[in-house]
Amino acid sequence: MLAIQTRNPGAVALRTIKIFVFLLCLLPFLLLVLAAFGIAGLSLGPNPVEALIHQTGLWGLRFLLITLAVTPLQRLSGFNWLVRLRRMLGLFAFFYVLTHFLSYALIDQRLEFGLIVEDIIERPFITLGVLGLLMLLPLALTSTNAMMRRLGRRWKQLHRMIYVIAIVGVWHFWWQVKQDILEPLIYAGILALLLGFRLWDRRRRTGQRRRHPAAYSASAVPGPGSGM
Amino acid sequence: MSRSNTMKTLCRSHGKRRKMLIRKAPIIRPSEITDEHTYLNRRQFLRLAGFTAAGTLAGSLPGALVAAEPKAALLPDVVKTGFGVGETPNTYEDITTYNNFYEFGTGKGDPYRYAGGLVTRPWQVSVSGECERSGEFGYEDIIGPHTLEERIYRLRCVEAWSMVIPWVGFPLADLVKRFKPTSRAKYVKFTTLDDPSQMPGQRRAVLDWPYVEALTIAEATNPLALMTVGLYGRELPNQNGAPLRLVVPWKYGFKSIKSVVAIEFTEKQPRTSWEKAAASEYGFYANVNPEVDHPRWSQARERRIGADLFAAKQPTLMFNGYTEEVGYLYKDLDLRRNF
Repeated sequence: MLAIQTRNPGAVALRTIKIFVFLLCLLPFLLLVLAAFGIAGLSLGPNPVEALIHQTGLWGLRFLLITLAVTPLQRLSGFNWLVRLRRMLGLFAFFYVLTHFLSYALIDQRLEFGLIVEDIIERPFITLGVLGLLMLLPLALTSTNAMMRRLGRRWKQLHRMIYVIAIVGVWHFWWQVKQDILEPLIYAGILALLLGFRLWDRRRRTGQRRRHPAAYSASAVPGPGSGM
Repeated sequence: MSRSNTMKTLCRSHGKRRKMLIRKAPIIRPSEITDEHTYLNRRQFLRLAGFTAAGTLAGSLPGALVAAEPKAALLPDVVKTGFGVGETPNTYEDITTYNNFYEFGTGKGDPYRYAGGLVTRPWQVSVSGECERSGEFGYEDIIGPHTLEERIYRLRCVEAWSMVIPWVGFPLADLVKRFKPTSRAKYVKFTTLDDPSQMPGQRRAVLDWPYVEALTIAEATNPLALMTVGLYGRELPNQNGAPLRLVVPWKYGFKSIKSVVAIEFTEKQPRTSWEKAAASEYGFYANVNPEVDHPRWSQARERRIGADLFAAKQPTLMFNGYTEEVGYLYKDLDLRRNF
């Protein structure tokens, strides 16, 4: 572990990686915008509204899973610098989920408040979706360094809500599909793996701590959000 | 199906086709040439299909994406009718690239991508049940005596989108009469081809294959019900249910069964595929009805395919706007319960 940690990129390299990842995360959005306006030979197909809502929703869900994949990847690879990308990935999840909701509210329902409220009350899959968005909101708002410092221990507790949000997101997708549940099933499977890893990792680490208490405390360098 | 019967039909179909070839001179009319705008649109769609498919975790990779496939053959002697005059039909591209045909996959672009392997000639239709003239009929026997007509119908999908399609076909009522249903025939059951080697979507049990749909005999003999063989004056592309499909414009699209291989007259109400899949969501009647919502979404409005991204949805009409023609069929029916 220690040997690998020394290979962490320096400040400049990390900055470059962050910019690159940022642009990569923005790419699906840019392609969707180009397609929505028929630029560069792209199009959203015969049902553009459906395509836009579906694609932004899928990307929201994908970024939730990508965010949740950071900790397992870091643990398994020892690349601790991966954790430094997690906040940005999480914010992209929020960005795509918000775009998903706005596509629905602004473009599909054209901000007809009554219809949106009716949907939220009467259609359980929409209720779930809105619930997921509402739970994401405080996480996005408290993602700054200042908020992190201000909330201290409670910050970590609050941000564990992403587990619930991801479950709600997959559930929302599951209830939305007409008949073929294969795709939501795949997302559910990946989510189960990512959450299952955490349980397994915690048991493994408590076991280690019991066997080698000294070694464990030496390697456990507390860093921001390392518990997630 | 007996071998001799098959041979007879095969020979007959060959004879017929030769005759048709002689009748139709190979002249390319200006209308047959895809205009540049349509061609470019198609290219755009194909590129997007690749782009969205690539972004799908489930990995519905684009199959045989051909840049510009030729359109289906023109049908001879199609009579124009007054149905749908004033409606603006969707483009050929929209109608043939955005389909629900789960036999080829559950994605809207899947039928367009994967229906190429469907063999539609020779095509046999088995007619059975409560009728005097049951038996095996070749495609040519089925359409033989009928005059093909073009009817522009609205199509309302249960998923709250709609299209306007210039179908080519003949009244189902005329076909039903030829089989002489008995007095015990209360329903007409239709079955789609069941062959996973041609229909890759059937390799997964998304629905209980084969696909089954049914109408009451009164519905089947209503003049609006159309046995359909083409669209835009051409033979049906595979993804639209070639070579023979039903079009029942006052019902949700899933009632308009595609690629029909069996017609059965029954006394008891058949259980349809969507009833079997989710009886609480899809009923036997499935009449378009803005007042009865699907349990998971509203049916009050619909999105017209081909409309601009920022276009508003339009109100859904009772019986999809065909109340005058079919309203009498449901006078005494509780449409909320019989959805």
